[in-house]
Amino acid sequence: MQPIHLAWVDYTILLAYVVFVLGIGFALTRYMKTSSDFLISGRSIPTWVTGLAFISANLGALELVGMAASGAKYGIATAHFYWVGAIPAMIFLAVFMMPFYYGSKARSVPEFLQMRFDKRVMGLNAAAFAVMTLFASGISMNALAKLLNQLLGWNYHFALFVCSGVVLVYVLKGGLTSAIYTEVLQFFMIVLGFAPVVYLGLKDVGGWGAMTSQLHGVAQNPMAIDLNTKSFAPDAWTSAWKPLLGGSADNPMGVDVFAIVFGLGFVLSFGYWCTNFLVVQRAMAAKNMTAARNTPIVAAIPKMLFPALVIVPGMIAVALTSIPDKHYRIPPPIIAPEAYTQAVAAVQNTNPADTAATVKAVSDALGKKVNADKIAALVAANAANKLSDSQIKDGLYNSVAEYDYDSVIFSLVKKYCPAGLLGLALTALLASFMSGMAGNVTAFNTVWTYNLYQALFVPNKSDAHYFWMGKFITVVGIVASIGCAYFARQYNNAMDIIQLVFGFVNAPIFATMLLAMFWVRGTGTGAFLGLIGGIGSSALFHALTIAHGNLPGVKGGYLAVVHEFPSEMAQNFWLASFAFTACLVLTIVISLATQRTKSDEELKGLVYSLTPKIKDENAPVWQRPAVAGTVLLIACVILNIIFW
Amino acid sequence: MGLDIRWPIGLMFTLIGALLVITGLVQGPDARSLNINIDLVWGIILLVFGVLMLAGAVWGGKKKNEGGK
Repeated sequence: MQPIHLAWVDYTILLAYVVFVLGIGFALTRYMKTSSDFLISGRSIPTWVTGLAFISANLGALELVGMAASGAKYGIATAHFYWVGAIPAMIFLAVFMMPFYYGSKARSVPEFLQMRFDKRVMGLNAAAFAVMTLFASGISMNALAKLLNQLLGWNYHFALFVCSGVVLVYVLKGGLTSAIYTEVLQFFMIVLGFAPVVYLGLKDVGGWGAMTSQLHGVAQNPMAIDLNTKSFAPDAWTSAWKPLLGGSADNPMGVDVFAIVFGLGFVLSFGYWCTNFLVVQRAMAAKNMTAARNTPIVAAIPKMLFPALVIVPGMIAVALTSIPDKHYRIPPPIIAPEAYTQAVAAVQNTNPADTAATVKAVSDALGKKVNADKIAALVAANAANKLSDSQIKDGLYNSVAEYDYDSVIFSLVKKYCPAGLLGLALTALLASFMSGMAGNVTAFNTVWTYNLYQALFVPNKSDAHYFWMGKFITVVGIVASIGCAYFARQYNNAMDIIQLVFGFVNAPIFATMLLAMFWVRGTGTGAFLGLIGGIGSSALFHALTIAHGNLPGVKGGYLAVVHEFPSEMAQNFWLASFAFTACLVLTIVISLATQRTKSDEELKGLVYSLTPKIKDENAPVWQRPAVAGTVLLIACVILNIIFW
Repeated sequence: MGLDIRWPIGLMFTLIGALLVITGLVQGPDARSLNINIDLVWGIILLVFGVLMLAGAVWGGKKKNEGGK
């Protein structure tokens, strides 16, 4: 995609953001007196702030980019990631799990596992989490530096180090509170920065109704715009559930109802929202139990409405691409200028009668699939009236039959945002990438300091010592993240493997947590071996299955192909379901075969049956988590019905 | 914790709103934005949002002083 030119007002907005986040950090320094202040905000933050930070920690730029991409590829069905794959889990966390996380006074999720089970389970969870956050942080910063390089022409290293430096300063100065405050700022910037883009896009396409009828046409013939190789029912892009009912062959996602409801809706989503310390940490920073329980509830409200902001742009992009008069297409993958030069030469030197050879020559030169009809038209146009090199290049750009879906959101920003609004949208993206690093580093430094360093390596030191360690490891964390960013940049395939491994680790964790909180008989040995077994079964499942169209290797099936799934997403959801079940069964069986090491008294406040129920009668009705949660669930069901 | 978050949010959006309004007035409607002066319109909305946030921060500060928290 061609670089964007920024005006003075855009740079001013960018600079203002940097000044503000540094200012927040410096303003908070005087309140950082203990390790608790620095690492867990001293449990003092109001509900609306923790609620918005909770959702913001999750809403990284990669999600923004990825959801628009998925919106283009799969339509409104992408909303399952929100309405099935998030809301129920968030409400469950609020009503049933926060009492244990917050009431136990555990300072982190691994610490809760230590209190409930023992140091082995804690250590496994803490170590895995620590490594994952560093890589997640690095991925975020690599994506940011790449974006600034491609979009604005900045030097990659400069962008990486300057942005990491800004994050380092404000986290070092203001700790978790700094990260939380900047996450809330980021939330508003994203909502207020992208809402106009969605509005303008919908207006351009003719309104919601016009967009849906356009998408009806696309669904029946996606080949016309090289979107998919199969055709579907008219509502495949505009209906969330109906295309799933026919089975995985009937929808572009390639999944069935069970995979969505159990794999995504239960295992993966509950596994993420209920156990990932990155988000749970924000709820744990709340000022009291009611605030902590209401944090995910407050977060669920914008989460339910986000599909309008992040998924609809993808649908708009597809609709626009299918209307020739709009002269818009989803950008093709980035191709080197030299490849274009070669392809231009191929068009100029071709034999107009032999289009098949030209198409092949162009496709080889560009390294991508091309639309044969468009190439033929280009050759004919060149034969009729000799076209300039840049005209041929434009023609070639428009005939590449592959899409870089990740650039959908940027292309819409570029299309609709004048100077000013452009600065706001880009700054919002920048803010969310940097938040991704800050959030991960603040989760990392807490888990390292309290659960690895203090619990396992160097206990019984003064709080000042751990406060110092918290700050020291923050610096180490940022440096390690930069290292991970370079690694991600260099070894694309290795990153796929790393994220695959994280998927194996995350899949079974919810089974462990469920049994921890709701089954008194669960033992430490059972949980530890069950979790290891769960991770192992993820790996095994992956080694024995493949998705349609993939070759055995990194994508799976390298031991044998016992089953082929219609899509990678389906493979993922079924893997999660399998790992969850394996972990659950193993933990139960091994727990029953081993002795309990903790008495009922020790488990009070950690397990459902041994903890007095929280009485919410004193709080106003709308502040009671169970009531608010039920209302939100009903709203979520209504949304699902509207887009049925 | 000490700093009321409504202050930085309010200031930030008041500033951005003002910048967009100025840009909108200077540049006028852009064909890209379907001939709507989106900078001006959205700038005003952001300005209002920023001012409301600041008002919330001021009111929150007063409540804290009166409540003697």
